[in-house]
Amino acid sequence: MSQARTIILGIETSCDETAAAIVARNANGQGEVLSNIVRTQLDEHKAFGGVVPEIAARSHVQWLDHIVAQALDAANLGYKDLDGVAATAGPGLIGGVLVGLTTAKAIARAIGRPLIGVNHLEGHALTARLTNNTQFPFLLLLVSGGHSQFVLVKGVGEYERWGTTIDDALGEAFDKVAKMLNLGFPGGPKVEEWAKKGDANRFKFPRPLLKEKRLDFSFSGLKTAVRLAAEAAAPLSDQDVADICASFQSTIVAVLERRCAQALERFQEEFPDEVAQMVVAGGVAANQQIGEALRQVAFEHGAELIVPPMKLCTDNGAMIAWAGAERLALGQVDRSNIAARPRWPLDSDDMKLGDHHV
Amino acid sequence: MTDQIRLQIKTENGTTELAAAFACVVEPSDIVLLSGDLGAGKSFFARQLVRILAGDEHMDVPSPTFSLVQPYQLANMSCLHADLYRLSDESEAEELGLFDDNNLLLIEWPDRLPELAQKARFALDIKNVPNAAEERLVVIGAKQQDLKMLAAELESSSDIVLLS
Repeated sequence: MSQARTIILGIETSCDETAAAIVARNANGQGEVLSNIVRTQLDEHKAFGGVVPEIAARSHVQWLDHIVAQALDAANLGYKDLDGVAATAGPGLIGGVLVGLTTAKAIARAIGRPLIGVNHLEGHALTARLTNNTQFPFLLLLVSGGHSQFVLVKGVGEYERWGTTIDDALGEAFDKVAKMLNLGFPGGPKVEEWAKKGDANRFKFPRPLLKEKRLDFSFSGLKTAVRLAAEAAAPLSDQDVADICASFQSTIVAVLERRCAQALERFQEEFPDEVAQMVVAGGVAANQQIGEALRQVAFEHGAELIVPPMKLCTDNGAMIAWAGAERLALGQVDRSNIAARPRWPLDSDDMKLGDHHV
Repeated sequence: MTDQIRLQIKTENGTTELAAAFACVVEPSDIVLLSGDLGAGKSFFARQLVRILAGDEHMDVPSPTFSLVQPYQLANMSCLHADLYRLSDESEAEELGLFDDNNLLLIEWPDRLPELAQKARFALDIKNVPNAAEERLVVIGAKQQDLKMLAAELESSSDIVLLS
């Protein structure tokens, strides 16, 4: 157990953001973000209706050194001040993950400090401990372009996946609906904007799996239903588009409300002595109607809803640095042969403490 | 790839039957192209095929749109399920490692990589049918002998009609 303040560099390159950050973990376990640099390529990709990975690997190679240097500069620190180097080791686009992990290995070796390979999803899972000092156990709802899952977070390395999407992620559903309606990219904010002017009751869309008890999501059928509705109503007036967006979004909200209620009830059954805490991570949390619905569900269940600041909810290096700091504090470091991996579920056995990744 | 067959798929179950037929004929390093609009059912077909080949009907097979490539270890082969929609340049396919090993490749939006048309063993084009939510028209392009093998496997399907 380390007791002193530790300073960790975190590197995140698993998707389209090249990110590095410096985070401090104080002796009392509280965290502090000293710098957080994210280079996103959003503007460059609007024309393509989606993020062009550019491809991730090449762009990460080009930018990562500068981003790391910027993160150190912004924190007013040098390499010699670091106590450890953390990088995403998966899951993600393998080329990008390799760039970040290899860079971290090189830095760790050069400065003689420990390397920590971090599961990207663990970064999201532990962010609330960095920002809000949230105590275990808590429920995580991760809703982003690539993931939609409920995870019970019992401790560092101790995760139970309670539900996941069986097809499209929630952010992906927003993007694809926006694409079908030619609303532009990114889809989430566009659909939300149009939905404000629409009638949510005009179209009845399916709510897959909603009658089932399991906490899984399915959004692919909803996407197809939106497509059929748009075809049937064609040519689409602005009001048609707004009504479709409003109906789609309210369907999503209904699904999330139901699932969150079920998840909170399960949490309360398993931990009757704890105040239920639900942490939300991922870009979809920025949607106001969804945020409002989640607050309402939490309120009705006497639960605490924790939404970290949006720049720490979406992909960033600070969450990787923090997960690395938490692991380092528990004596968990990795050898330099740790492999990058495209798939790495949070509930895999090798996430547990003491089980070093190979 | 010289010949084509056309199928009418009447229900969602028909797509699963089509996947089951493919599971009997595909081999490691085969390339299967999946074309069709958003919501046509490309990912659903790939999901069912992966699950049948894995012998696990509940296996997680999420959409590859975000990650571009999802790798799977199946009973007798490894498989990559890819979505090339966001590819802007052919050289990017190499960085994705699509052709590195003897993977069964299931590729959505293959038109982003024209060279695939030559390499593929099967090319599926899936079309929605207006006013019929579950019905699909599927055109499959392949060599005549491969289409014969596939058609033989489809004979017992209840929800698929061979049109021509």
